[in-house]
Amino acid sequence: MGESMSIGLAHYLGVAAILFTIGVFGIFLNRKNVIVILMSVELMLLAVNINLVAFSAHLGDLMGQVFALLVLTVAAAEAAIGLAILVVYFRNRGSIAVDEIDSLKG
Amino acid sequence: MIVSAFFWLFASVLLVSAALVITLRNPVHAVLFLILAFFNGAGLFLLAGAEFLAMILVVVYVGAVLVLWLFIIMMLDVDFAELKAGFIRNAPLGLLVGGVLLAELLFVFLKWQPAPMAEKLRMAPAAQGMTNTEALGRILYTDHVYFFQVAGLILLVAMIGAIVLSLHHRKDVKRQDVARQVARKREEAVRLVDVEPGKGL
Repeated sequence: MGESMSIGLAHYLGVAAILFTIGVFGIFLNRKNVIVILMSVELMLLAVNINLVAFSAHLGDLMGQVFALLVLTVAAAEAAIGLAILVVYFRNRGSIAVDEIDSLKG
Repeated sequence: MIVSAFFWLFASVLLVSAALVITLRNPVHAVLFLILAFFNGAGLFLLAGAEFLAMILVVVYVGAVLVLWLFIIMMLDVDFAELKAGFIRNAPLGLLVGGVLLAELLFVFLKWQPAPMAEKLRMAPAAQGMTNTEALGRILYTDHVYFFQVAGLILLVAMIGAIVLSLHHRKDVKRQDVARQVARKREEAVRLVDVEPGKGL
């Protein structure tokens, strides 16, 4: 197994692909629970970052890491805003079930 | 050899804990496994040579963002068992979409080849003889300073948004009204009474 086990770009891409799929699967699986949906989005963003860093390392181009930094920033902002909305929603309605979020339906 | 051993360790723990994040019943446990997943993601970054991003992921992301998650989940008093209803019913569709997506991604990655001109298209070729952090800082504060500023602006907007959203005024709490305090006059607040000695008011 010695030679075939050296780690290349494809290994990173494979791990990121599986991680991204787990994130998508998590959104389908927990359609009612907005907290786990947000966590699945975090997993998908981590998968994207792994892709960016893997390509950056493979090509020797630091731009991928700069972009991954930006993705991390946006992910942090998204988590902060999403959790703030969650807290406000829970304070007003006493529940966070996604299928009951229909106040704007008219 | 040791690098590939660590790669497989980090990758397998990352994927197992990611799977646990989406299947566990208790969201506090799910966040703890999310933290584990991000730790192992940082390990993968480290193996790829992106030391700065790995440290950022551990210090900022795990240390701040995921701890914020933990606080929020512990503060909300939600019946999570009820939210898990329909877990099995949604699984087939999820498996179908996830399976198709994974198959497509793996097809792309297995038959993927770099473009012949990729070497020439690099925007910021990694400089030799300096650490990853130094090289990243050199391009982040010079060529791509607007990226850096936009990132700061995004964080500022998120901070203001989160404060505005979660600030709420309670009617039953007395608050300081600065305008009223400043507009008060001596005449309406103080009255001089001439008290006779020995009699009191």
